Amino acid sequence: MAYVKFDTPGKGVLVDLTKCVGCGSCSLACKLWNDLGHDDEVPDQGPDAKLSDKNWTAVKFFALEKDNEPVYRFVKNQCLHCQHPACESACFSRAFQRTENGPVVYYPHLCVGCRYCMLACPFDVPKFQWDKSFPLVTKCQMCSSRVDKGEAPACVGVCPTNVMTYGDRDELLAMARKTIESDDKYIKHIYGEHEAGGTNWLYISDIPFEKLGFRTDVTTRPIQEYSHEFLKYTPPVIVAWGGLLSAMYVYTKRRKEVAGKDKKDVPM
Amino acid sequence: MEAQSSKWVFRMTPIRFLLLILAGVAAALAVYRLVVGLGATTNLNDHWPWGLWIGFDVLTGVALAGGGYSVALIAHILHIEKFNVIARSAMLTSLLGYLLVMIGLFLDIGQWFNFWRPFVSWGYHSVLFEVFWCVSLYTTVQVLEFGEIGTEKVAKSWHRLFAKAMPFLLIVGVLLPTLHQSSLGALYLTQVGKLHPLWWSPYIGLFFLMSSFFVGPAMVTVETSLAGRAWKHWVDVKIIRSLQRIGVTVMLMYLILKIWDLFARDAMQYVFAGGLESTMFLIEMGLGVIIPIIIFFIPWGKTRAGLITAGALVALGVIINRMNVVIVGMIGYSGAGYIPSAIEILVTVGLVAGGALAYCFICDNFRILDHQEEQHKVAQ
Repeated sequence: MAYVKFDTPGKGVLVDLTKCVGCGSCSLACKLWNDLGHDDEVPDQGPDAKLSDKNWTAVKFFALEKDNEPVYRFVKNQCLHCQHPACESACFSRAFQRTENGPVVYYPHLCVGCRYCMLACPFDVPKFQWDKSFPLVTKCQMCSSRVDKGEAPACVGVCPTNVMTYGDRDELLAMARKTIESDDKYIKHIYGEHEAGGTNWLYISDIPFEKLGFRTDVTTRPIQEYSHEFLKYTPPVIVAWGGLLSAMYVYTKRRKEVAGKDKKDVPM
Repeated sequence: MEAQSSKWVFRMTPIRFLLLILAGVAAALAVYRLVVGLGATTNLNDHWPWGLWIGFDVLTGVALAGGGYSVALIAHILHIEKFNVIARSAMLTSLLGYLLVMIGLFLDIGQWFNFWRPFVSWGYHSVLFEVFWCVSLYTTVQVLEFGEIGTEKVAKSWHRLFAKAMPFLLIVGVLLPTLHQSSLGALYLTQVGKLHPLWWSPYIGLFFLMSSFFVGPAMVTVETSLAGRAWKHWVDVKIIRSLQRIGVTVMLMYLILKIWDLFARDAMQYVFAGGLESTMFLIEMGLGVIIPIIIFFIPWGKTRAGLITAGALVALGVIINRMNVVIVGMIGYSGAGYIPSAIEILVTVGLVAGGALAYCFICDNFRILDHQEEQHKVAQ
């Protein structure tokens, strides 16, 4: 019941967390390209970094231990651009639509501001402009206008340590599998391969994902299917229940008339 | 009776005056909220996108207003005529409930001037789309159904037309709530892994539907007792009891299905696990389902006081259930708490007060409670 079935999985980005040095240029590039503001209270870098209406991407700092040695890791977060987006299936006015090239795009003029997308997203990505009178939902658009022209998203291009690789999801997946199988340091899990039915942003790491703030209990079944499982009953219920109600109405009314009761039916 | 005269009356009492003040305060705050936005007036944030207004004004309001469709089904579709005496007040409460829900929804959306968008931009595979269409259509249907009562007093020449349309309106008016009562619960299907397993279930839609059905008779009981006091119009205990029998039957099926579901999903372990979720779940089920069932089957359940108590508990249980789904069941995942702001609470209180005032005004002026003799007249 997806709106449009795409033949190709589209473009994606593979993020190798072992390469990130936390410089934050990706986040800056995102702010510049998308003309986003800055908020001192919600940092886009560091230990308290988080996504917000102004931070479409954020680089969070983690101090951890690996083999009894202190290690530091930096995790770039943004919308994962699901293959079967929960936000798209949750939105009742089509403000979210996955495009053929892969990005899941938000169209502000269609948005009612109900925030069901924020609830539905298994990765808690969409954020709301709480300080505005007429707030909109915001999230990473994967620089869809650039992707449509065959260019990589703004954040990918500026990365000085090649943390991110942009390309066809199929090829990225093959590349990721090859990398984690050929190098023992990697966790044998490609985050985004199956999560929520698969995402176009993929992650590999040498630290277990749950220690890096990733939600690892997320269902591998597309969230859309849960809604579809319910909604598929709507048409038959309308026909069957509507028919049954009409039949019961006519039958019980007729029975009363035949029984010769003097009371005529008076609705209400 | 005042209702039969063509004059308009509105008796002012101290309670009504208080309600008027509460509704007025809420109206002013609502305008303020529409101007300055949600962040400045509510305690909602990125962790808590949905709070009191969705939880109480919408999800709970729609369920409590369910009395309209269950009574319409019983009295008018199945033609069990003894229930006619309560049908009008039940359906009026339902209409007012839905109007309040619409206002609550309107206040809760960020782009409120864009509320009409889903009518033209069809996000048809959203559960919310079904909720939106059904609630809008059903409110319209209920306004038209009220037309049959309204035209007894004003625009009398339209009365025949409205009366003629009633069978169709009634059937659609039962069909639509069946769809959206369940879809309100199904909204939370997307919360797999987020909503606590005591409430998240593949059958959450069915649970919402069943509870909205059995809360109908309960609400009618409470409401007729309040109206009875106010207008000295007492409905026969036997009628209330046989109406509640229908509710209790559905409630028993609900209880069995709930227990089966908890076992099937291996969630029974959470019921007596202690902590906030299990406590709230036990309160919800104990107070709102098990005790009312017990009351119904003991001698006290044959008295008016017993039936009113049971009805009030069922209504309270459904309120707790909806708030558990929207707030308590989400605290574990969110890791943060949520307490509604004073403005959120005052607006909610004022909406309920406004609804009560509207109910009083309509009862004063239209034939809602005392319409038995009218029906006899038509029958002869």
